[in-house]
Parts: sequence; structure tokens; C-alpha cells
Amino acid sequence: MDRLDALEAQSIFIFREAFARLKNLALLWSLGKDSNVMIWLARKAFFGRVPFPVLHVDTARKFPEMYAFRDRYAAEWGLTLLVEHCPPIEAVDPSLPPAARSAARKTEGLKRALAKHCFDGLIAGIRRDEEPTRAKERVFSPRALDGNWDVRSQPPEFWDHFNATLPDGAHLRIHPILHWTEADIWAYTKREAIPIIPLYLARDGKRYRSLGDMDITFPVVSDAATIDEILAELHETKVPERSGRAMDHEAEDAFERLRTAGYL
Amino acid sequence: MTTATDLDLTHLQERPLVRIVIIGHVDHGKSTLIGRLLHETDSLPAGKLEALKAVSARRGMPFEWSFILDSLQTERDQGITIDTSQIRFRTASRDFVLIDAPGHAQFLRNMITGAAQADAALLVVDAVDGIRDQTRRHAYLLHLLDVRQIVVAINKMDSVGYDPARFAALSADIRSYLGELGLSAAAIVPVSAREGDGIAARTPAISWHDGPTISEALDRFVAVAATTERPLRLPVQAVYKFDERRIVAGRLESGRICVGDEIVVGPAGVTARIRSIEAWPAPSGRDAPRTAHAGQSVGVTLDRDLFVSRGDVLAPAAQPAGVAAVLRSRIFWLHPQPLRPGAALTLRVGTAETRATVSAITETLDPGELARRQDGLLAANQIGDVTFVLARPVALDLHSDNPRTGRIALEYDGAIMGGGLVTSFDPPPRTAASDIVPNIPEISLEARARRLGHRGAVVWLTGLPGSGKSTIANALERRLLDRAMVPVVLDGDTLRAGLNSDLGFSDADRTENLRRIAEVAALLARQGLMAIVAAVSPLAAARAHARRVVGDGFIEVYLAPPAEVCEQRDPKGHYRKARAGGIADFTGITGQYEVPQFAELVIDTSQRTVQASVDAILEKLLVAAGAPSSPAAQR
Repeated sequence: MDRLDALEAQSIFIFREAFARLKNLALLWSLGKDSNVMIWLARKAFFGRVPFPVLHVDTARKFPEMYAFRDRYAAEWGLTLLVEHCPPIEAVDPSLPPAARSAARKTEGLKRALAKHCFDGLIAGIRRDEEPTRAKERVFSPRALDGNWDVRSQPPEFWDHFNATLPDGAHLRIHPILHWTEADIWAYTKREAIPIIPLYLARDGKRYRSLGDMDITFPVVSDAATIDEILAELHETKVPERSGRAMDHEAEDAFERLRTAGYL
Repeated sequence: MTTATDLDLTHLQERPLVRIVIIGHVDHGKSTLIGRLLHETDSLPAGKLEALKAVSARRGMPFEWSFILDSLQTERDQGITIDTSQIRFRTASRDFVLIDAPGHAQFLRNMITGAAQADAALLVVDAVDGIRDQTRRHAYLLHLLDVRQIVVAINKMDSVGYDPARFAALSADIRSYLGELGLSAAAIVPVSAREGDGIAARTPAISWHDGPTISEALDRFVAVAATTERPLRLPVQAVYKFDERRIVAGRLESGRICVGDEIVVGPAGVTARIRSIEAWPAPSGRDAPRTAHAGQSVGVTLDRDLFVSRGDVLAPAAQPAGVAAVLRSRIFWLHPQPLRPGAALTLRVGTAETRATVSAITETLDPGELARRQDGLLAANQIGDVTFVLARPVALDLHSDNPRTGRIALEYDGAIMGGGLVTSFDPPPRTAASDIVPNIPEISLEARARRLGHRGAVVWLTGLPGSGKSTIANALERRLLDRAMVPVVLDGDTLRAGLNSDLGFSDADRTENLRRIAEVAALLARQGLMAIVAAVSPLAAARAHARRVVGDGFIEVYLAPPAEVCEQRDPKGHYRKARAGGIADFTGITGQYEVPQFAELVIDTSQRTVQASVDAILEKLLVAAGAPSSPAAQR
């Protein structure tokens, strides 16, 4: 069993635990490389179908290529697609820096979707290696009624026994690819021939490592025009993956504040 | 710059990935060691060191290596690590995940979360301070969590002038303590994380040390994988019926499985053969998989239509898993409220879970102070030998036979609050089910239903004493008799005088009481009769079991008048007696009633008349029994 086989087996186990323990699940589909891998893993776990809806929380500021990708593969993969539109920027905490404020729109959109559909579990494609606060996440992570994350009082999680009991109105975040790295995602995408948005591949000396809203996501300098070249680049680089995401860097605790307020 | 062509990418995915937990007493320098290790293995993100140095300067405090990990605002404010952080680095031969576990006693559950994921441990001990209570506690937990590879760093050697004698004395203490736990350190390394001695470099200050550096010692750790050396254990996560296939899904915790293998499904003990191993996407140009091995998540189909469900375990017919009705275990306990005999909780083994009652706590230990006690109470953060009586049998192994299927997690108060190793167990007292061949009735259910004009059903009335179960049961019985049906009332108290006279009121006995009632009710319903069960049935798990035994035609009716009304009615004088202390563990006063979540009907009998209540139940019952519904004509 190589490393990708082990990662895959663990993720499938997590998907099946979530499906067995929760009644009303949705998978958060950001259209990025990580959530595409998640959908692929869900189809493996459930033998070709995704037995719960996929939710796209739409800021209306994504790249056109992302919308094209969404509409094509929602149909091709037989997904039940739910789209939740985010509220305008004015509805968001004005004390946050501008880009973080923009990202926080997504949190509001998510809260609306939760209120509308009463999900008890949201499957999210975050990874421990992305960012230090994400390293502290559990696989099953309870969220309070207001969507907030209490990093201090997380219950223990060991031997793949996950906490799935919730007070009424609260929900769980489920993280099936928490243990994957950026390089794992690309190696698996290649091995399984999972479709990707072409913005990840270099054009004119630049490519996107991470995709978010058009106005707050920036390409990195790169000549990696194939997945193999991306893997070679990742092996060498020491630049963090989310360096092109403006909202992380405006203040040293900006990302943590977003997270405790319910951001992914 | 490396290019795709000269870098062997396949090889990168084949490098071993080893998870290491860093543990030790608070302030013994774990975070400092990690910061230094990441720096010396050239693993820090670009700009991270500079950024943190700048932040320190801005705050007017000297830079500390520990800032690299303590990157949460809250942590820096408090100066201690509050949860496990994970960070990656690599050496020439391996990729590593470093799990930083908090040293502070109140965060033990986070230490456990971190250490349970680890293949190996790095135990940090202060050269001045020596072995302290958290050092002992963490080492003890390594033993319970099955972490067997250990390297010890004796840190802050600069504070003892790099004294070889101090190092030797402390090393001897540590080896002796680990030895008592059945553990042994692969290496003990003199280190100054702050000064950079012994981490990756054998500096002049520790030139007398003839063992490995920390990074050399870590490079000898191996990843612990699920083993094919032991017999197959496949705990069932779910059975999927998305299409015509009935797929049993789960992960192999040990062993291997092949198409055609004869397997036994525990705890029931029934056998079948593996018909297929299912996979998506369907392999193109190749045959479907014929085998699978430990660690893989699979789906299989069987050659017979067995009743298999979540929590069952597939094993080789010749090497079945054990079946436990009572189990003894060595556990850690994390809930602030001490565990005591009589406590009821949910016990999980693999994907199985059952209600369980603590029947004995024979010995407890504070692993920090190494103080043993026999007062029968297991306090938070302590280790204890605990016996559980299970509400229904589960398939498992002794920890010594199979670590992955011989360990338990305990859920209390809605969260996982303990766990440990199965040290022994007793099977259920009855004959093994595999020896019993049920007689297949010659008259089919359908033939009976045609003759009677309806199928049988079970109305299960649950609620506090005094909620009106007997009254409703009797009225419903009369009404059904008027409709020429055959009702049978199974009254909990009445049955306790005969069929169940050997049972008391412990959780285990209550569960057995209800199991028998459910079996009798199911038997009656299969003959086309209408079984009306009137039983307090306070445990949700027992009611769920009854629902499973009966199958279709089970109607759970929760009679839910306010508790004060029940006590005021007190038809049998039990409340008065219980208040006076005459009845221990009386449901509604001292005993817990678990409110039904999925009842077909909830009736507040303080608000509705007996007739209106019976009307509502009858409506559901007639639908469930497939009987014509014209109650007016029959009255």
C-alpha cells in the first residue's frame, strides 16, 4: 500500500462514518483542486454516486473558468448541486481588513445555507498543512449554533472514533482530507485523472496555486504547465500555498479570526 | 532548480511517512525543540523565521524558537500549547509529521488526540528538572495508546554545563521508568534546543555523547501500518443498497480477504462466502479486484442474504473474533466527573457501539504521582481497570491478540471521554447462535395475513411510571377486540412476575427484560396478533433493539404527560415509596429516562382523553397492519 492508497483508504473511512452518523449532510464544493479530490473520494466511498448534495457558496466573484467547470461536472458526475449566493459586502463585520471582509461574505453565505437546509454535517476540504490554525482541527469538528469554532474546548478524537453527538441546531464540520498535503492532492489528481480547472497550470510564467475570489486571489510566478511540473515545483518551494490569498496576510491573526467566526 | 524530468516523482510518494508526537512536562522545552528541529532540517516556510523575529521585536520581547509553533494568538498570550499542532518536515530518507502535544495537565485530552495518531514519540525531559508528573503521565499513556517507538531528548543540557554525569544519571532513571511500563527508548540524546546542540549537529559541547543526534534517531523510526500478519477483521461501517447490489462496506483492520473466502459475521456467528469485491471506478480492461488487504477501505458482497449491519465484524470462519457480553479493560478517563460503578455510558469497539454499565472498578492509578487506589472511583486523567456489562454483545479481540480490534472508546455525556485496551472478556451465557437452526414455518406470513385480513403489529407504549401506559393498553385492547382482531397486552410489571422474575433493575437487567418482551411481541406479531407492550423502557438503545427485532409493523408511542402529573397520579404508590427512599434507581426520580427521538406518536395524556389517545394509535396501527380503516363503522 503506497502513501496515496493509505490516504485514500482513510478518507473513504471518514466519508462512510459521516454518512452513517449524520442525517443531513452536504459537501462544500469550492470548485478547487481539494474539493474536486473530495468529490472523487466520495464517489469511491459510495461506489460511483455522491449520496448527499454538494453546496457551492457563491460569492459571484469567481473566475469564469470555475463556473464553467462547476456546471459541466455537476452534470457529468450526477451531483445534486445547491448554490447559495452570498450577501453584499455591507453585511459583513466592518472591523475586518478589506480582503478578509470580502472572504467573510462567504461565511455569511454559509450561515444562510445552514439556516435554509438545516444541515447537521458539512464536509469541507481543508488540510492541516495549509495553514497553522487548520493544523489544530479535528476530523469531526463541532460548530456552535452561530457557526463558531471553539479551538479551546475540542473533545478528544482517537483511533478513528469521531464525536458526532450535537446539541440541537449545531452542526459538524467533517474533514475527510485533513491529513493530505498539497503534493498529495496533485499526485492523486494525476493518478486518478481527476479533471482540474486550467488556471492551476502555468501560462505566461504564472499560475494559481489556490483559487478564491478573482479580486483577492493572485497568481504565483511559475513555469509548471503540467501536474508533474507542479509536483517538482512543490518539492522545492518554501512559499506557502495560501500566499496568493490576500485575506490571510493583512494582520497576523486575520485568518484565525475568520476561522473562529465560522470560515473554513 | 529540479525539473520534473530529473526528479523521480513516483519515488516521492513511496517515501515512508512517519508521525511523531512530541511529549513531556510543561516548560521542558518541547516547542523550542520543534522550532529548532524545523530550522535545522531546513523545513521552515520562506520568511517564517524573519516574520516571527519581526513580530517579537515589535512586541519588545526576545525571539524564542517556540514562537514558530505557537503561532496562534491565544497561545502566545498564555505561553503554553493548548492543542495539538501538526507540522511537516523531511530528512534524506523520510517524511515526517510532527505532532506537538500540550504538556499542561488540563489539556490531556489533546495530548491523547495527538499521541493516538503517532507512530513514534519524542519524549522531552528537562536536564535540571528531571522526571516530573507529566513526564510519567505521558509515558504511561504512550503505553496505553500503543506507541512503542520512543526517543528521549534530555533538553537544556546547557543549564547543567553539558555534564555527562547528570546525563547518565537521568538516562538511568528514564530507562528504569519506561521499563516498568514495558517500553524501551531507542535512544536517549543530550540536547540543548536553544543552543542547537544534539538536534541535527553533534556539537563540541556534547562530543562525549556516542549515540545518535535527534534527527539521526528520528530517521530510524518506521511507520506503523495495519498488519496482514493477523487474521482478517473487517468491522462493518454500513450496508449500502444504492442499486441491486447489497454492499457491505468497511475497512480491513487486519488480515486479507479474497473472493470465495468463507467468513463469519460476528457477533451473530453466521457464515457466508465473499461473492465479490466492489470498486469504483470499475477497472477498465482488467478484472474486478479479487483480493484486499489490511488498511484498505472496501465493499464486498456475500453469497447469502444475511442480516449484516453496522458494528458487525467479518472474520475468517476458522478464526472468528471474540464475542463479549462483559469486558474488562484498562482505560484512561477524561471527564471531570469521576466514573463510578453503576454508571451507564456508550462503549464503542471499532464501528460497534452499545450501552454499557460499569460493574466494577478494581484499581485506579494516577500516572503522574504513581499512586494506586482501590476506592472504586476513576477520576479525570487517571487510569483504571474497569469491568463493563454490555447491553448487547459485540465482536472484538483481546488487545494482546489484535491491538486494532481490542481497544475501546467511551462516550459519556455526548462526547468521547475515555478509552483503553480490552484485557479480558466473557461471552454471552446462551448457546452460540450458530448451533441453532430456526424452524421455517410452513404457513407464510402472507397466508396468515390473507386469512385474517391484516398483518400483525406491535404497539410499544413507553413513558414514565404513571404516564398512562396500562390504561391506554387496556383501552386499546378492548377496541381491537371489538374489531375482531386478536390483541395481547404485554405489561412490563405483569411479565416481571413470571417470565422475567429472575431480573432486577440494573441497566443490564432492564435491557434483558426488554429484549425478552421484544422477542415475545415479535413472535405474536408474526402470527398476525396485535401485541401491545406497556413498559417504562427508559433506555433508547433497548427500544431501538426492540424495533430491530420486530422490524416492520413496530409503532413506538411515547406517552408524555409532564413528570409532575405522573408523580401526582402515582397509580401504584411507587413515587411515594421512591421519594421516601424505598426504591433505588426509580425511573422518573433517581433513574434516567431517555426521551424517544423517533417515536411514531407522542401523546400528552394530561391533554388528551383516553379515547382520543386510542383513536390516534389505532389510526397508525391500522395502516401498519394493512387493515381497512373504518373505525366509525366498527364502534
